[in-house]
Amino acid sequence: MSDTPVAEVASSSPAGAPPSRARRTAIWLRSTHPVVLTVFAFVASIVVGGILIVITDTPTRNAAKYFFSSPGDTFSKAWHAVSQAYITLFEGAVFDPHTAFKGSFWYALNPLSETLLNATPLILGGLAVGLAFRAGLFNIGAQGQLIFGAIFAGYVGFAWHLPVVIHVIVALIAGVVGGGLWGGLSGWLKARTGAHEVITTIMLNYVAVYLLGYLLTENGFKRSGSNQAISRVVDSNARLPKLFPEPLRVHTGLIVALLAAATVAWLLNRSKLGFQLRAVGTNQFAARTAGMDVGRNYVVTMVLSGALAGLAGCSQILGTVSSITQDIDAGIGFTAITVALLGRAQPWPTVLAGLLYGAFQAGGVTMQSRTGTPIDLVNVLQSIIVLFIAAPALVSAIFRLRGAADTSGQQLAKGWNG
Amino acid sequence: MSAVQTAELVETHEVVEVAASKRVRLISGSALVVVGLLCLLGFGLGSHAGYDARFELSPPGARVHVPALVLPARITAIVLGAVVVALGLWRIARGGSRRAMHWIIGVSIVAVVLSFLCWSLTGTKGTSLDLLGLLQQTIFLAVPLILGALAGVLCERSGVINVAIEGQMLAGAFAGALIGTVVHNTGAGIVAALIAGALIGALLAVFAIRYLVNQVVLGVVINVLVLGLTGYVYDALMARDQNTYNTPPGLHAISVPGLSDIPILGPLLFQQNAIVYAMYVLVIVIDVALFRSRWGLRTRAVGEHPRAADTVGIRVRRTRFVNVVVGGLVAGLGGASLTIGSALPFGKNMTNGKGFIALAAVIFGRWSPRGAVGAALLFGFADALQNVLSFIGTPVAIPSQFLAMLPYLATILAVAGLVGRVRAPAADGEPYVGR
Repeated sequence: MSDTPVAEVASSSPAGAPPSRARRTAIWLRSTHPVVLTVFAFVASIVVGGILIVITDTPTRNAAKYFFSSPGDTFSKAWHAVSQAYITLFEGAVFDPHTAFKGSFWYALNPLSETLLNATPLILGGLAVGLAFRAGLFNIGAQGQLIFGAIFAGYVGFAWHLPVVIHVIVALIAGVVGGGLWGGLSGWLKARTGAHEVITTIMLNYVAVYLLGYLLTENGFKRSGSNQAISRVVDSNARLPKLFPEPLRVHTGLIVALLAAATVAWLLNRSKLGFQLRAVGTNQFAARTAGMDVGRNYVVTMVLSGALAGLAGCSQILGTVSSITQDIDAGIGFTAITVALLGRAQPWPTVLAGLLYGAFQAGGVTMQSRTGTPIDLVNVLQSIIVLFIAAPALVSAIFRLRGAADTSGQQLAKGWNG
Repeated sequence: MSAVQTAELVETHEVVEVAASKRVRLISGSALVVVGLLCLLGFGLGSHAGYDARFELSPPGARVHVPALVLPARITAIVLGAVVVALGLWRIARGGSRRAMHWIIGVSIVAVVLSFLCWSLTGTKGTSLDLLGLLQQTIFLAVPLILGALAGVLCERSGVINVAIEGQMLAGAFAGALIGTVVHNTGAGIVAALIAGALIGALLAVFAIRYLVNQVVLGVVINVLVLGLTGYVYDALMARDQNTYNTPPGLHAISVPGLSDIPILGPLLFQQNAIVYAMYVLVIVIDVALFRSRWGLRTRAVGEHPRAADTVGIRVRRTRFVNVVVGGLVAGLGGASLTIGSALPFGKNMTNGKGFIALAAVIFGRWSPRGAVGAALLFGFADALQNVLSFIGTPVAIPSQFLAMLPYLATILAVAGLVGRVRAPAADGEPYVGR
């Protein structure tokens, strides 16, 4: 996942004879290596989620009323509620024995397809936020940039009529431009006036939300003859093709997301621009002294970041749904921030984080419909994982891990004036 | 930002009352002139001639009746626009101190709003605007914003960025509704809201101060967490049995004897519920204490220069912790005003961005309690105006979304330095590790 697990362990083991393999594994398991940390954070979130399920479960609460006459009852009811919730969560995300054999072979893959479908915009959004992190910028505006990307891509998708292949490419470019413009605006404001990007991106989120709300009442954008705030339908030519036959919904947006991850990885680690970007992110004063144009870097970073978020918007409007509604963002903009944090702002770990959170979303839907456990549980699990990831010292304290707190991938906080 | 850094490098110390530079004067002055001209041309010449703008100033059954204010719409709008232009020109020519600029901005905002209202009333003959109702609605909508903004000021003045105002308010609204319903007591609901807000504040404080987590990120994550928690319990419990869990008792309006009979101000300010009166007290106490008390001095010291504060024996992390928790308490009260304060049941994502508007108010009000309250009132007014405008047929239909955008656009303009530079407390968001 990350760079130097072996070196870390080696340095923490006592000098002299190399320890045995089992011993090395044991040490590694107690270290604050990112993978270990993630696993422990995951466990902690499952425990907290379980507590939440037990507290709100009606049968459990009824059994708890006669707890002292029959305590076993309470525990069995509680166990039932928790295990059912998590089992259905798994079934919705990975493999579902209830529906797997009910049709063609493809039905067995449906949960995985849903996971990938949900992961696609999360990966793109996570890359967007992560890229900005690496350049020392907090892009809290993935929501607004996603909405702008969706507006641009959607408009090209339903208002223009172009041949196959070309149409979808033009629509994707439009989405990239839309997101890039909205992100670049924050970068430009920061470069020109010093306005903090956190503030401007938060505010631009809401501007985008209301702008979309306005567009959805305008003729030409709004679907004619509909009373609801819903846009026209994107042409079939402009839609991202499905990857597999029915009923699997996962679409080529996933390929776009993986390509984007590869591009970002190349950009950050192999290109001159990426080097500058990271230099500014690590120490803007040193970068300036070295002759880099910090202001220009801010603009470029935010344009790129916005463009990636715009792609997430494309994945939504051209792939998952076919017309824009007020809910086109579906919380992806903010979940993307948690994805980027879990992925430590590195491209491929971000892809993994996106897959995990995509699985949560997909499983959450099944969980809600089968057991009635509200899907909001997923939000709780996701944010608790990230809280623990963000505070390695806390996880170390709870699980008695060794090693100093590791805050790689994130800078120590900096203020509004930074 | 480069200006800030060079200023630090050459160690210039800002003098208390510095005259605005020529460039700043030119920019802000011409911005005012442009706004004034737009106002004059758009609202003045854009409104139909011969209409009267009629503003109702007292409720139907008031003891002291105030006659309605009737103004010739077109002339008034033109004159007000001209006033703004004149103020802009004066700013360019004569400059004026920072204090003068505050007055200029205040007067300009009132002038622009009034001329806008005059214009809006010329759409259909015979419409009148219930100005008092509009202002009452403003206060009603501004209460959670003001309390949220005060919470933000408390945290950020001590050096902890609070993006989690939204979450603290949501937790307050939720706990207020749930506990208020179960115990069937408004007092218990309010206490629960305070505790819930303070708990989220404590969560923020522990992670930000003890574990040095990036505060912006932390705020965002806490918001998602609270949204998830409250949404989960709402779906799992409250929505299934609204009567048992989600019909909070409401607070009654209390008329202050004597004061409530003052024309205009009486019905506006002194016929409110307990939360609003508590808010008055909080606004005054925080504004005075922040600049006049030992606690306030320490808070500001810790937010501006924690190392210096530490050197003279102020316990930086404890001061911050207390401030953040108290901030959460205040935000929780703001949340309670949404449910218990208005006798409404809790709803999923009930705050719906109010916490972020409160954050905008903190920034727009330059991290001062007074400024934040002013900004919150302004944003509340924009919100109230939306509702009212949908009833009056304006000459040109104004999409409500554009009015809803105003707070956010205003804040962007403010941080971009169009209305003078906005500067956060120097150590805002930087954890203090100690020596």
